[in-house]
Amino acid sequence: MPTKPKTQPIKRLLSHYEPSGFFDEMLDGEGRIRPHYRQFQELFQTLTTREFEHKRQSIDLAFLRQGITFNVYGNSAGAEKIFPFDLLPRVIPAGEWEMLERGLAQRITALNLFLRDIYHEQKILRDGVIPPSYVLTGKHFRREFVNFNVPKDIYIHICGTDLIRDNKGQYLVLEDNGRCPSGVSYVLENRRAMKRAFPAMFEGIGVQPVEHYPQELLKMLHHIAPAGVADPTIVLLTPGAYNSAYFEHTYLARQMGIEIVEGRDLVVRDARVFMRTTKGLQPVHVIYRRIDDDFLDPTVFRRDSLLGVPGIVHAYRAGNVSLANSIGTGIADDKVMYYFVPRMIKYYLDQEPLLANVPTYLASEAEDQKYILENLDQLVVKAANESGGYGMLMGPKATRAEIAAFRKKIEAEPRNYIAQPMISLSRHPTCVDDDNYFEGRHIDLRPYIIYGEKIAIVPGGLTRVALRKGSLVVNSSQGGGSKDTWVLYGDE
Amino acid sequence: MLSRVANSLYWMSRYIERAENIARIVDVNLQMLLDLRNLDEERLAQHWLPIVETTGDETQFFQLHKKATGQAVTEFLVFQTENPNSLVSAICQARENARMIRDQITIEFWEELNRLYWFVKTPEARRIWKESPSEFFQQVKNSSLHLIGLGYATLLRNEGWWFVQIGKFLERADKTSRILDLRSGALPEKGAPEAAGQPEALEWSAILHSCSAWDAYKTLHGAEVHPRGVVEFLLFNDDFPRSARFCVGQLNHALRRISGVPDGRFCNDAEKLAGRLVAELQFSTVDEIFGRGLHLYLDQLQSKLNDIGAALFDAYIFQQFNNLEDEIMVQQEEQQQQSRTIRKTHL
Repeated sequence: MPTKPKTQPIKRLLSHYEPSGFFDEMLDGEGRIRPHYRQFQELFQTLTTREFEHKRQSIDLAFLRQGITFNVYGNSAGAEKIFPFDLLPRVIPAGEWEMLERGLAQRITALNLFLRDIYHEQKILRDGVIPPSYVLTGKHFRREFVNFNVPKDIYIHICGTDLIRDNKGQYLVLEDNGRCPSGVSYVLENRRAMKRAFPAMFEGIGVQPVEHYPQELLKMLHHIAPAGVADPTIVLLTPGAYNSAYFEHTYLARQMGIEIVEGRDLVVRDARVFMRTTKGLQPVHVIYRRIDDDFLDPTVFRRDSLLGVPGIVHAYRAGNVSLANSIGTGIADDKVMYYFVPRMIKYYLDQEPLLANVPTYLASEAEDQKYILENLDQLVVKAANESGGYGMLMGPKATRAEIAAFRKKIEAEPRNYIAQPMISLSRHPTCVDDDNYFEGRHIDLRPYIIYGEKIAIVPGGLTRVALRKGSLVVNSSQGGGSKDTWVLYGDE
Repeated sequence: MLSRVANSLYWMSRYIERAENIARIVDVNLQMLLDLRNLDEERLAQHWLPIVETTGDETQFFQLHKKATGQAVTEFLVFQTENPNSLVSAICQARENARMIRDQITIEFWEELNRLYWFVKTPEARRIWKESPSEFFQQVKNSSLHLIGLGYATLLRNEGWWFVQIGKFLERADKTSRILDLRSGALPEKGAPEAAGQPEALEWSAILHSCSAWDAYKTLHGAEVHPRGVVEFLLFNDDFPRSARFCVGQLNHALRRISGVPDGRFCNDAEKLAGRLVAELQFSTVDEIFGRGLHLYLDQLQSKLNDIGAALFDAYIFQQFNNLEDEIMVQQEEQQQQSRTIRKTHL
């Protein structure tokens, strides 16, 4: 174990840190600080270890006090944890961000055109760009909504696209989350905490703000209000206080100044949605729902859902209430559809994709399947419709039995599996123990894209970090933490 | 305001007030024991049992404990989460309700309540309690009073505010009457009490201390503690913020701020019952109460307060609420009818 001298944290960081083998966000191949981290380094090195430790503890305590926590499933009620927060920010130069912004805008535009198309004319299927069976057999394709017109033709209003960087530093899209992506509240709260802890840094460095996210969200929700409603009542529909993202739901509702409702607060009469108030029933026009399609309406989807609102789909079809995101976007999250996104961009926009996909193999294509089955110990296999790091096989780290089990699953249901090479996610110096010792940890980036009258993306997004040594899994449910993400005004 | 939100605000406030009052009751009784010497087991049980009865959970107490010893009773009232009315349970419930309406309260208010929650959940809390129960209770009381202050200083005076007030004053009136009831057993069943001897005077003083009423009482009645004076003060004083009359007056006022209906009229049962109770507390004398028996009177007062709570629920919280199965049926009927009309128009 390396010694831990009592010097300033940044000096220790540089003397012991080993970026070898991976792309490191802060240090280049020779161990020099990259240009866009230099200003940060200069300010950070004036901190003593003690000051750093003090700031770290006070931020953790503040998060616990403010109840910025997530609930852990499969645990007794009251099992709340803070989402671990790492003080070293991830810094992105302005030029790099502009490229990402354009790539993300291009992607969500293509996805919305794709959804509009497959729920109407299905031209992309007829033109043979995507084999029809992939869409029509998709678990989350809602055939009931074919030929239904969603307000303003927007399907995905809020998208959380996960980006990673390979060992050359190239950005790749890992997945698109077009249903109910969560985590944006941490972007806002992490920034608030960092500003409190390091006010001078923000003055000195110049970091693009993120605080306008709730206004952008509210603007979009106004935009999609049913025709003829001048002053719409907008609500956020939550599954309730035991949902893992409940903190975020209340946070966003409060920031937007809208009511947060549970299913039991809403009632449908004459195909209109109302909320139960102390003064009787009051109409609701736009619902930012944080409940998945399956649980939304027990008269249409899962009958056993206690979270939903009976009749809400009927009201939606009648055009009396708008939903964000729309029903049926889950098909775009299908990992088989992900494979086709670059083709969608080409087909609908006649452009080259600005952001590349991770190379992907479809188990349902004979040639790909052969390759997958022969290389299971090298590949990452993912179920087409799972998320949160569940339902996947990490070939290089799996046991023989696990590999054999996945082989069977793939052969039984090829449509439900894809495979990708193991990407070595980029790393970032991260504080790893109570002695303020730094090591490289793998990170990803989830920007939040809002599609309303215009496309709005707050600079940066949520940088998630896999806190376990060597781990590539950044999900909060599996030992992940987060960092503040700084997009600079310039490139240095 | 959403009915569910009003309900949560009301209960959040009630539970905070409840926790504070449990702290008051247990603290004062522990201190009183320091003044009484040579107590055998039976006398001790006589001292503690009424306190369990005060919170109304006697059956449950004896399911969990064999004897009403000081330790068993304080454990039951303070830490035991099996007791839904223990101090810790009340704080958990208050926080749970606050969590559901996090968007309705200020960050200052939430952080303090959350801090109190984490405080009572830590081993540190038990350590403090073991070393000095008074110190522990002081912290809980202070936190509750801090919350009341934060409420006054930061919460919006909207409809929700009045639900918070109703929860607080309903609970406080109830607890004041229950604290008073602790001593009613020592009085003659009917008729006015005599001046108290020294040990009794100590116990009546403890009642005043429980309600933070000691200083106010002395200003009005001098240092001599007379049962009649204490009862009159805690039930009928106009200006003391923990007396029954004061609390019910505030409760009545808050109800009317929600509906906009003036004094002397009513638009729901909660207002009707609260108005009646205000009048009764204004136009009764302490001698009449002793004539009927204090315990009986307090019992009736508590059930009147319960009725107001239930009527409030009917008026604002649960209107038109079908269960899920019924609701699904209503929707299916409605949608079927509609498709029938559509088909007709197409024909």
